[in-house]
Amino acid sequence: MVERVTTYTATELLACVAARMLEDKKSVLVGTGLPMIAALLAQRTHAPGLLIIFEAGGIGPRVPVLPISVGDSRTFYRAAAASSMHDVMSACQAGYVDYGFLGAAMIDVYGNLNTTVIGEWEHPTARLPGSGGANDIGSLCHRTIIVMRQDKRRFVERVNFITTPGYLDGPGARERAGLPEGTGPYRVITQLGVYDFDEQTKRLRLLDMHPGVTPEEIQANSAFAVPVPEWVEITTPPTEDERRLLREIDPAGMVIGK
Amino acid sequence: MSIQILQQGSGELIGWHDPDENRQWVREHKSRDLRDKRMSVKEAVEEFVHDGNFVAFGGFGHIRIPMAVVYEIIRQQKRGLIMAGKTAVHDIDLLIGAGCVNKVEVAYAFGHELRGLSPAGRRAVETGQCKVVAEISNAGYQWRFLAGMMGIPFIPSRNMLGTDTLKHSACKVVEDPWSGKPVCLIPAAYPDVAMFHVPRCDMYGNARIDGIIVEDFELARAARRVIVTTEEIVDTEVIRAEPGRTVIPFYVVDAVCEVPYGAHPTLMPYLYFFDEEHIGEWLDLSQTPAGTQAYFEKYVFGVCDFEEYLDLVGGIRKLNYLKRVEQFKEPMRAPWLKDR
Repeated sequence: MVERVTTYTATELLACVAARMLEDKKSVLVGTGLPMIAALLAQRTHAPGLLIIFEAGGIGPRVPVLPISVGDSRTFYRAAAASSMHDVMSACQAGYVDYGFLGAAMIDVYGNLNTTVIGEWEHPTARLPGSGGANDIGSLCHRTIIVMRQDKRRFVERVNFITTPGYLDGPGARERAGLPEGTGPYRVITQLGVYDFDEQTKRLRLLDMHPGVTPEEIQANSAFAVPVPEWVEITTPPTEDERRLLREIDPAGMVIGK
Repeated sequence: MSIQILQQGSGELIGWHDPDENRQWVREHKSRDLRDKRMSVKEAVEEFVHDGNFVAFGGFGHIRIPMAVVYEIIRQQKRGLIMAGKTAVHDIDLLIGAGCVNKVEVAYAFGHELRGLSPAGRRAVETGQCKVVAEISNAGYQWRFLAGMMGIPFIPSRNMLGTDTLKHSACKVVEDPWSGKPVCLIPAAYPDVAMFHVPRCDMYGNARIDGIIVEDFELARAARRVIVTTEEIVDTEVIRAEPGRTVIPFYVVDAVCEVPYGAHPTLMPYLYFFDEEHIGEWLDLSQTPAGTQAYFEKYVFGVCDFEEYLDLVGGIRKLNYLKRVEQFKEPMRAPWLKDR
């Protein structure tokens, strides 16, 4: 029997699983860090026709190396257009953007995200950067994908502050609030697995697990009960080719590490 | 029949004016005269930035920031400024750290994107020294300026609905009289002064931007006073040869200052990359109040002008290196990468 040697990191796995989720010839608005890496990897593998858009105005660039910011010059390198935030956000609102791709500090059972504050808003224990473009992306893109680290403090029943809307407090809540119809969180990818949302209840549930992860581990790293379906797919580990491409995309190791 | 307010955010309404009041202000104070507006950064800040002003910077927090103006505001010890956290990064971090800004309306602040969180900004908020007066999103802030430049009191949108971001914003929700669906009303914003750094501008203020313009088009037209710093002042005939490239027209501009490398240590598209070494030194020093003070003593109060500052940060050797990185001729180095 050949023993399988784990030769990839959790970050590489997250990036690859996230990348595979993006479809060719669709549009995606990406946030800083892992979402950028995943979109760039998708474009260099199965989705060469993926239209990558950045909130500050970069539209369809040939991104040479991982940008530090969603507004730096790498986000509009040899782009179809170097435009403006008004242009990009209007495109989201008008329905041109299929996927929004975000990182998050904290998520709840309905996929609501908090990147604003830990503790009370008036007297924060920790002040985080706020919405940035996340609320706009989570409000206006057709589907939102979230990539984040999971533990009991980050996977909570209710976030103390909804920065970016998930399904708010359940089925129909987005539409009642006035958000565009049929939008909302689509997948959540963590270092343990991939989650989707129950069509009836709009609550988060397990979809796939990463190799070697157990349902007990999933539960131990969530403050709420995560429904585990009878049959759970196991994600495919990063291939050597994907790992090489990740290093090409992030030669400085900003997100992927050294 | 009046439109019913379905929801009202509790955030403080910053920088809003009745549209007629603002029209009148523009009529009386904004010159349509095509005149030479060149002056020093020192003069521009003395004349147009006042204690208590609502201020906003063009660019994107650490992209194309008019840093000579940021340093001059610190040097002149302006106080009580209210800042638009319209993706504010290195700009707001320094101004909070120096005690110039003590109120922020936040779309994005207190963070440095991939570099992590900003120690100075976070400390000021967590100790109550700097107050967050309202939340909003990036598109929300941008659309505040769009409504401002259009001279309308608000603009309807479909973001922020249902969230605490809206609950803590200065926005309102009403029923759209056409679709019957709830819509968010984003109030106009007219900053007292907005500051920009551009690659090229003539002496009248006709300015070009290379690459993405972020929200500079709207912000420059919404702000009451506009300071433009530029890598280079070009002959007006250069501008007039390709007028389609003018992003900011002269009649909204009040001051034009020529400052080569004026965005350092932030990124200037096509010209120079982030000075990660310098930003890293700031992030390191600003871990403590004493370090924050030491930074300002060395790089702001310890130099007489921006040229002396550029010598201090590494001079022509450093600037050439940043140019090579921006143009992909050399890989970037960053002290914060060592921990990854």
